[in-house]
Amino acid sequence: MNAGAIWAIYRYEMGRFFRTLAQSFISPVISTSLYFVVFGAAIGSRIDEVEGVSYGAFIVPGLIMLTVMTQAITNASFGIYFPKFIGTIYEVLSAPVSFLEVVAGYVGAAATKALFIGVVIMVTASFFVELRIAHPVPMALFLVLTCVSFALMGFIIGIWAKNFEQLQLVPLLIVTPLVFLGGAFYSISMLPQAWQTVALFNPVVYLVSGFRWSFYGMADVPVGVSLLAIAGFLALCLFAVWWIFRTGWRIRA
Amino acid sequence: MSPILEISDLRKTFEGGVEALSGVSLEVQPGEILALLGPNGAGKTTLISTVCGLTEPSSGRVQVAGHDIQRDFRAARRLIGLVPQEIALEPFQRVWEGMRFSRGLFGLQRDDAHLESVLRQLSLWEKRDAQSRALSGGMKRRVMIAKALAHEPRVLFLDEPTAGVDVELRRSMWEVVERLKSEGVTIILTTHYIEEAEALADRVGVISRGELLLVEETGALMDRMGRKELTIELHEPLNAVPEALAGYGLALSEGGTALVYTYDRRSERTGITRLLADLQAAGLALRDLSTRQSSLEEIFVGLVQEDAA
Repeated sequence: MNAGAIWAIYRYEMGRFFRTLAQSFISPVISTSLYFVVFGAAIGSRIDEVEGVSYGAFIVPGLIMLTVMTQAITNASFGIYFPKFIGTIYEVLSAPVSFLEVVAGYVGAAATKALFIGVVIMVTASFFVELRIAHPVPMALFLVLTCVSFALMGFIIGIWAKNFEQLQLVPLLIVTPLVFLGGAFYSISMLPQAWQTVALFNPVVYLVSGFRWSFYGMADVPVGVSLLAIAGFLALCLFAVWWIFRTGWRIRA
Repeated sequence: MSPILEISDLRKTFEGGVEALSGVSLEVQPGEILALLGPNGAGKTTLISTVCGLTEPSSGRVQVAGHDIQRDFRAARRLIGLVPQEIALEPFQRVWEGMRFSRGLFGLQRDDAHLESVLRQLSLWEKRDAQSRALSGGMKRRVMIAKALAHEPRVLFLDEPTAGVDVELRRSMWEVVERLKSEGVTIILTTHYIEEAEALADRVGVISRGELLLVEETGALMDRMGRKELTIELHEPLNAVPEALAGYGLALSEGGTALVYTYDRRSERTGITRLLADLQAAGLALRDLSTRQSSLEEIFVGLVQEDAA
């Protein structure tokens, strides 16, 4: 195992993150603050509590999930796509590094960035609403698993993408709508029965539900099912990465 | 001495059926410089990319110091440095960061003294804190070489290292290559510049349409295939080659004031003595004589055209 290479990739990717700290740090803080102003104060003041939790506090887990998923995908996909685009990927491909080590470096860095931003949002949220975390360990587990699995998904997108448009396609057209429709800003139980059934086909529902449970002890679906869902998604991404590794798909000619 | 690079019957067929390498076999000895010549699309870059791990071979075997590039890829790649044809540097990466990243990819301990020495050799030390985007084209190319040397490779692949650079920079690149050779680094370079191969290479390989047509010592190739020309300048211009000299295949040039005789310098009888005697017998007064050996470029063009025919 070439741990030095994993560290070199991880360190370089994190360096890029800290080089653009304003973009990495200030941007999610401002976005989150805006969400709280709009949903928490302006609209939230007209919405009743959801199962004993103020609406502003209720949306925090969903908001964190939305940002963490998007950031994990964006960072990982850009991290591997950019070297492909400018040609510097040759260095990684010609080094004594296995594909899994490459994945560990890029995905590890992207997951760390997403985790960092998730924590920043949580801290920002605590200034606006009364935040309580009923189950801290499962909360951390859900957060880390989500960061890692969506970073893996981002990595796959980065390998797949042939241009910047494709790079943006999945986060914009698939992930964001799934999160918005996945109960990030409402409880599934607030939907009409038919839509509740439809919502259960949305994998993000399970993640948001499990994550919200770790904060407030309330869930749209059983927490065990949520854990299974995130574990299944992680396994699916790992399988896809393993397949790419086996075939060299879109990496080696 | 065991070869440091052994390529056996290497084939590469891309999706769509294009055969880029058709059974290339090659051995390179430690410390030598091999120049690969060939027209665009001949397979030079595919050959290098396959050895370096950027391209999967369809069949065949490549070993670097006895390590198979697929089964034992870590040991094989540790010995290889690659400088690709296109300049590829992250624009915001500082030179020093890039050097550390390149070395780190090979799992080696940090060695700032080595990195400094490489940058100084390539006259880049003063630019260590500069971002790549702020460097000139020539400097970027030297940074690419520096990055490839960061992990102290024993075999260095230079894919057209001087393509598009000015004469001064080309000469400085040659000095770098010669210095590396003196340090025992084996160098395989591809080039379009025949003079580069002629000046640097111990051996020359000519590749065309995925096949290695020959690999030969540069000097021996020049000797074997090089034609020589004897130019005879005359006092008085001629309208035509005299009948008495028809058997020599002479060509008139410079408005009839010179005769050009082409001969094979390796043959036992070059015919020069007889020709000079016949010139005198024909009553031609000579002003000057000069000889010129055909360049590697002419040999290369001849070989490739022969292969295409």
